[in-house]
Amino acid sequence: MKRGILQRAAAAPHVVWSALFIIAPLIFVLYYTFTGQDGSFSLDNITRLGKGNYLMIFVNSLCMALIATVICFVIAYPAAYIFSRMKKKSQKLCILLIMLPLWMNFLITTYSWMTILEDTGVINTLLGLVGLGPVHMINTPGAVITGMVFCFLPYMILPIYSVMAGIDPKLLEAAADLGCSPVQIFMKVVWPLSVGGVISGVTMVFVPSVSTFYISQKLGGGTFQLIGDTIESYFTGTAVNYHFGAALSLILMVLILISMAVMNRFGDDEQGGALI
Amino acid sequence: MKKIKICAAAAALLVLLAVLTSCGKTDEVLYVYNWGEYLADGSYDTMDVLAGFEEYYEELTGRTMKVYLTTFDSNEDLYAKISGGTSRYDVIFPSDYMIDRLRNEELLLPVNIEEVCEEYGAECFYDHIGEDFRGLYYDPEDKYSVPYTYGRVGIIYNSTQVDEEDCTGWELLWNPKYAGKILQFNNSRDAFATAQYLLGYDLNTEDPAEWYACYEKLLEQKPLIQSYVMDEIYNKMESGEAAIGAYYAGDFFTMLQVNEDLRFFYPENTSIFVDSMCIPKGSQNPENAALFMNYLLSEEPAIECAEFIFYACPNDLVFENEDYQEDMGEEVMEVLYPEDLRFSAELNVNGMRNLSPETLEYIGRLWEDLKISGGLPTGVYITASVLALFIAGIIIYNVFLGRRRSKWY
Repeated sequence: MKRGILQRAAAAPHVVWSALFIIAPLIFVLYYTFTGQDGSFSLDNITRLGKGNYLMIFVNSLCMALIATVICFVIAYPAAYIFSRMKKKSQKLCILLIMLPLWMNFLITTYSWMTILEDTGVINTLLGLVGLGPVHMINTPGAVITGMVFCFLPYMILPIYSVMAGIDPKLLEAAADLGCSPVQIFMKVVWPLSVGGVISGVTMVFVPSVSTFYISQKLGGGTFQLIGDTIESYFTGTAVNYHFGAALSLILMVLILISMAVMNRFGDDEQGGALI
Repeated sequence: MKKIKICAAAAALLVLLAVLTSCGKTDEVLYVYNWGEYLADGSYDTMDVLAGFEEYYEELTGRTMKVYLTTFDSNEDLYAKISGGTSRYDVIFPSDYMIDRLRNEELLLPVNIEEVCEEYGAECFYDHIGEDFRGLYYDPEDKYSVPYTYGRVGIIYNSTQVDEEDCTGWELLWNPKYAGKILQFNNSRDAFATAQYLLGYDLNTEDPAEWYACYEKLLEQKPLIQSYVMDEIYNKMESGEAAIGAYYAGDFFTMLQVNEDLRFFYPENTSIFVDSMCIPKGSQNPENAALFMNYLLSEEPAIECAEFIFYACPNDLVFENEDYQEDMGEEVMEVLYPEDLRFSAELNVNGMRNLSPETLEYIGRLWEDLKISGGLPTGVYITASVLALFIAGIIIYNVFLGRRRSKWY
């Protein structure tokens, strides 16, 4: 069937939107990456990446994001499973509670974590009341990972939950009737059917974690630098250099694309298309 | 069906309302681009100077006026916006070295405040700017800028945690006795300045060796630092989380209102700045901008702003006003307006200047090295690599298993 004019017209705003806000910025990033300060073509920005500590900064960011993502997954998967087996009403309530933190600005959430984790903060004051010595938590990688997990956890739970909720309970019954043990049911039925949700959840947590700068600045105390901080400093810091900042962003994008490709490969055999 | 009609009526009403409110347009608009919390805005029982100007303008010209305020965090943000050429602000508040840069790049319009006042028959308050604030290096003919506030960096400390005798100068920030309680600027120029003063170097040196020596000094300081901060310093000093930090004198008094144990002193040499009002290129109505500046120089708004932001004011209507002096208190006046301060001479020595792009880039790189030094605790790397191996294992196993299975089917 041919698409009518109306149908095409309905798609037009989306096309314009993606062109303006997705394609055009990407072209800008590419343009800045491959030009020097004077506007002529140059590869200096790329070669400069090899010098200095940028490799280290990338490794640090990837490590932190990986740990945060795994922790999110470990918390989110059982939670999503439990939610999906609840009564409809309690399901709705639980999902509402999970989404609640998303309604608050995440800058405020992060700032609050700062006052919670400080040496004179909420946790240490409570510990002091019970007579336990202050535990140093703020300005450590642990604090930053906590912040990432807290901010991005809902993005892991929601896609996994929506996939789990769609699994027909009859499938589980059938598997049990055919002699599967609970472990086998999980391995052969639940996990393969939920892997798509896991993949989109992992992507939605990993990508913002690897590029965050606000969380690491506030909870890390500026004592270590992640790739997001570095990029930000090239756009607003003392040595403003859009061209090099763009090169760093481009490399970050490439890295994220690679990890997404790997993740998709993981899902391919199980369930056709992932949900990304 | 009835419901739909009601909905439609409600929607129509909404649209009508939106149209009506946008119809209430004023004759003139003014776009102000300022630092955050840098104008009395009606909060904490202050007067709202923007609304005040709108009234003043209507009285003066008979036309209605609406002022829109946008804020920025750093001179560099401001520069990026202005040099981009697409913004249309009428009044901006850059610091000294940024005015120098904007003027050199011909991004400013002349202010002509006296002529504009004469034309509109308004009383001109420009004469009240102190002599010492005229003809500063970045604007020798006073053509492009009107000084708004000035101040110096000093060291804030918590008297319950720090011994008075240790407070001798910049070395306090390097005192191992207070390890983990010291805050440093999260801004390369200001952080390097603390090391430059400690080592006795010029603030605006172009010599890489000196910058490197400062870098080593900051590296030595890093284990003692609790965190690198900008505005987070308020919370951290007020709550007693940190004990020592360098920051601007005016901001100290804001903190003092929350925590009475805080004390402040100026090291022997310290940096100084002035923020001035300018009109950027692209301003649609420079005359209104000049009138706005003139209004901010008049007594009531000037005092309200000075009391709101706690920075020193170069306007004699403010610092010679007895009520203002009383409100501030003797102690505050002494810190904000030291008697022996010769501003223009001081700015020439201790004001930050623009540096060459090469030097700026070098500082940026040293700053990155400083931040990355030490890396993360090894535990992070070990955990991450174990996890990565585990995931890689699952993926490989899965791919292999998938193939074997498809062979069976």
